[in-house]
Amino acid sequence: MIREIEVTEVTQNIREMCIQTNYFLSEDMACAMKEAAEKEQGALGKKILGQLEENLEIAKTDQIPICQDTGMAVIFLEIGQDVHFTGGDLQEAVEEGVRQGYIEGYLRKSVVGDPLLRENTKDNTPAILHTSIVPGNQVNIIVAPKGFGSENMSRIVMLKPAQGVEGVKQVILDTVREAGPNACPPLVVGVGIGGTFEKAALLAKQALTRPVGEKAQAPHIRSLEEEMLEKINQLGIGPGGLGGNTTALAVHINTYATHIAGLPTAVNLCCHVNRHVKRTL
Amino acid sequence: MDYRIAAPLDREMIKTLRAGDYVWISGTIYTARDAAHKRMQETLDDGQKLPLDWKDNIIYYMGPSPAREGRVIGSAGPTTASRMDLYAPKLLDMGLGGMIGKGKRSPEVLDAIVRNGAVYFAAVGGAGALLSRQIKQAEVVAYEDLGTEAIRRLEVEDFPVIVVIDSQGNNLYEMISQDNTV
Repeated sequence: MIREIEVTEVTQNIREMCIQTNYFLSEDMACAMKEAAEKEQGALGKKILGQLEENLEIAKTDQIPICQDTGMAVIFLEIGQDVHFTGGDLQEAVEEGVRQGYIEGYLRKSVVGDPLLRENTKDNTPAILHTSIVPGNQVNIIVAPKGFGSENMSRIVMLKPAQGVEGVKQVILDTVREAGPNACPPLVVGVGIGGTFEKAALLAKQALTRPVGEKAQAPHIRSLEEEMLEKINQLGIGPGGLGGNTTALAVHINTYATHIAGLPTAVNLCCHVNRHVKRTL
Repeated sequence: MDYRIAAPLDREMIKTLRAGDYVWISGTIYTARDAAHKRMQETLDDGQKLPLDWKDNIIYYMGPSPAREGRVIGSAGPTTASRMDLYAPKLLDMGLGGMIGKGKRSPEVLDAIVRNGAVYFAAVGGAGALLSRQIKQAEVVAYEDLGTEAIRRLEVEDFPVIVVIDSQGNNLYEMISQDNTV
């Protein structure tokens, strides 16, 4: 059965989701932050985590963004193959949602229209839109605005198969170590292993939208996530990079099939304001 | 040590600050980030005068979110300082007293801090809502067309920062990473 969905419904939801995710940290992230504050050993680290807790409360009560970098709007649309969008252009409907959300929500306009000429577009468009076609007649929308303090410290490495899992571990640890205080720890570390050059990066980005606390399904990946979280937290970078044992809240690893000659590995870092919100139409 | 200090800075006082000290700043500071620094550099390259005299002042690397009606400013946390590393030594040599940002600085910036008896502070990255409460007034004073990247004059009260690089060249981030390699 074909189901018709008005594109204005997409606009309306994206508008609300842009605002919601910038004022309120999702439950999974808020819990992870609370837990970290209780467990942190470093004196300065504990103080910083306390301030970040307070920051979340102020954002809620003052209706002000958690962080002034309200990000570039990364949006995933999983579109059921039995859905027919009516009433306009889907891409434009998404952009309009971002435009309305960022203007009406007092969110910062952080997008320049050309990467070299660098003139601000003044409405935070265009968004980064990833669509996929899935079975069914529903549409999943994920809005995940991404700040660039942490985006700038992310990286992708085309490892050789011979470097194997040890090579992957090295890339993850080097990326976090080099980022140090710049990426606003405590971090969520999104890792993509496999696929092609662009697929690995996308896997890493998608890993950041996984609810914190949810583990990978494959046992060898789950244990790799646990090992990496422990090793990262032994680096001593700590909250704000000011020392402590909470450098990352979680490591999420997504994998995909790859070529006999390759082992692409992407590490997408996200700060403690790891914004992601999901709705189903 | 914890200190309460005034901005613009007293150069003798900031010589006593040490990496790791916790400091509350009250007074007048200015914002500037990527685009404003680029424009200041171009202005200097053209042999023109800058719109402000940076002597003993503090630049806060920050671009706020828009203020709601009746509010002074939106969310207002620090941005990554290293993107301004290319421009900072020149401004320090022109008298800039301090910088507030987050993250590491280049060896060239550290040298310029020592050479000029200046200081680099970090504010807590991602605490923009909390920090906005310490900002009592905000006004665009130059480069208005740059929007969030315009130069703003801020009146702050007990604005919380940590000394990362002091006037002797001690670097808190280096001290922390050395602690963890031994």
